[in-house]
Amino acid sequence: MRKIWWKILCIVLLFYVIFMGLMGPVPHLPILNESIRNTYFHVALWLAMTTLLFSSMIYSLMYLRSSNIKHDDIASELAKSGLFYGILGCLTGSVWANFTWGDPWPNDPKLNGAAVGILIYLAYLLLRSSFEDEQRRARIASVYNIFAFAVFVPLIYILPRLTDSLHPGSGGNSTFSSYDMNSDLRMVFYPAIIGWILLGLWLTELRVRIKRINRLREEEFTKAS
Amino acid sequence: MNNMKRFFSLLLSLLIISGNLMAQTAAGDAVPMADKLREDGKIWVVVTVIAVVFAGIVINMLRLESKVSKIEKDLNIK
Repeated sequence: MRKIWWKILCIVLLFYVIFMGLMGPVPHLPILNESIRNTYFHVALWLAMTTLLFSSMIYSLMYLRSSNIKHDDIASELAKSGLFYGILGCLTGSVWANFTWGDPWPNDPKLNGAAVGILIYLAYLLLRSSFEDEQRRARIASVYNIFAFAVFVPLIYILPRLTDSLHPGSGGNSTFSSYDMNSDLRMVFYPAIIGWILLGLWLTELRVRIKRINRLREEEFTKAS
Repeated sequence: MNNMKRFFSLLLSLLIISGNLMAQTAAGDAVPMADKLREDGKIWVVVTVIAVVFAGIVINMLRLESKVSKIEKDLNIK
């Protein structure tokens, strides 16, 4: 029996985020105005994406230790979910930036870093699709995945902080955690991160199960023929 | 005498202006927010619509889930 409680938790948390995120009290800040509520959706999506990609890297490491193809299945589907969240993060960020910074894609180091990071993960998927042999593909893709995450974190979290960026926590801007983030925001922000992570895991789980079904069917097909 | 009158009127007007400025900074709530909208602007309709859309997505996910489970049962995957 598969565990269902975390899926219910995911649904409850995201309903809470929708209601409290849209109607709950938020700090009154100039320029941001009501758009500060995007924190629960845009920012939380990026953090969820980082968690998904990190767990993808962990599963790649596990595959290299165990050579169990199941671990590689999970790693690749986690990376796909993470990529999906990354693209959503770019789109939501563009909408937000258009109305607060006045440009859908300002030349911000964080944005360009995120774009390069997404390209790195697209290359991961391309690399996977270019091998016929399953074990060979899994091994090379796992090594690539570990390096991809190691490059990805500096690209979107460290390098933008070293230069001037419009995002909080960079250059002269304050971080959210220092004084922009008050307890009203935290009350919804942390549940939002957990909710989006669980939704990503749910998507991943479904895709992994479909992949396993396909593998079994293929094995039966080759046995029969 | 006339000079005094002028001086006091100037002082008074300056006080009034500064009083205005003080009032603006003290209020602090000059940032426009959708407070009015929340009172009776039917914003709850939008929130409900989003919630309904999300509920639909959730139902879809759960149905997909049960479909995959059924295939897994047929194929004897644990």
